[in-house]
Amino acid sequence: MRVSDVRICIIRVGGTNCDRETKRSIEDLGAKADVWHLSMLVKKRALHEYDGLVIPGGFSFGDYVRAGAILAKSLTVKLGAELERFIDEGKPILGICNGFQVLVESGLLPGFDGISKYPEAALATNIPIGYRCRWVYLRHENSGKCIFTSEIPRGKVLRIPIAHAEGRFIFPKDRERRLLDRLIENDQLVLRYCSEDGSPANGRYPDNPNGSFYDIAGICNSSGTIFGLMPHPERAFYGWQLPDWTRMEKPPKFADGKMIFFSMIEYITRRF
Amino acid sequence: MRYIARVEVSLKPGHSDPEGETTRDSLKELNYPVRDVRVSKVYTILLEASSIKEAEEQVEEMSRRLLANPVKDDYRISVEEAR
Repeated sequence: MRVSDVRICIIRVGGTNCDRETKRSIEDLGAKADVWHLSMLVKKRALHEYDGLVIPGGFSFGDYVRAGAILAKSLTVKLGAELERFIDEGKPILGICNGFQVLVESGLLPGFDGISKYPEAALATNIPIGYRCRWVYLRHENSGKCIFTSEIPRGKVLRIPIAHAEGRFIFPKDRERRLLDRLIENDQLVLRYCSEDGSPANGRYPDNPNGSFYDIAGICNSSGTIFGLMPHPERAFYGWQLPDWTRMEKPPKFADGKMIFFSMIEYITRRF
Repeated sequence: MRYIARVEVSLKPGHSDPEGETTRDSLKELNYPVRDVRVSKVYTILLEASSIKEAEEQVEEMSRRLLANPVKDDYRISVEEAR
């Protein structure tokens, strides 16, 4: 498939944000992107016309019940079979921030054995408590499974901003070590919070901004085609989105978030 | 029949509760001898069912499917006939 034929669907409901930035990022790379309200997408049965899906950030349904919980159920109930077909065909799904919370709440991530009926992980209230909106450093830890970071060298440190109050990734307490081993063994660990030089945050604030277990910032499913991350790559797409670009002698044209969208589109053009 | 269900969703023991800790610190500042605070969320649900048993089963399922995340939450259910 040519890049200009790639079509990405971005889902919107009350409370989502950065859907326009996501659309612009994808379109700047030469692909097409449409923002659909979930109800319209369901009504028109349009999901199958797309090659990739993005669930953007925000506070879907006011974050009521738990962040991402209501949109997660909405997606699985209303799109159920269509969504499963989409995943089975190997079409990529990206969940950004609230989108990551949705993917975890819907059982799509970590998805050790496919889609799980109940969540296998949670994104809990930040420690220290509070909504945090700032730039963080992330280390790319994936060895090649995650199709969203295939164009990023392993070990590379990325700078992308976060904006959330519930981003503390956790597994069930009694199984956390075992599930972490499984995550690493399966090559499902993708991004970890780190310091500027790439050394591990080791759970310490402020490098780890929310108390995430094992400094986890982003993971993929067992086939590498579903990826969720708390940071916002669409807010780090252009060089001029960097907080210090005016002080740079030669600001880069693009920032680190670009590679995530680029890798996604690359995968689609190769695979389909 | 109409029933009123009360579902209390709380964090599992051992899971840190940053909201509870912040509240505890504030109560301490007010000079109360508070040792610990845990925050939970209560849903009061009015529903139709043919028996109390059916109502309980439905609410149990609601809790598992939406109201609680089994990774971190416990829940307690009580159901009574609505008057």
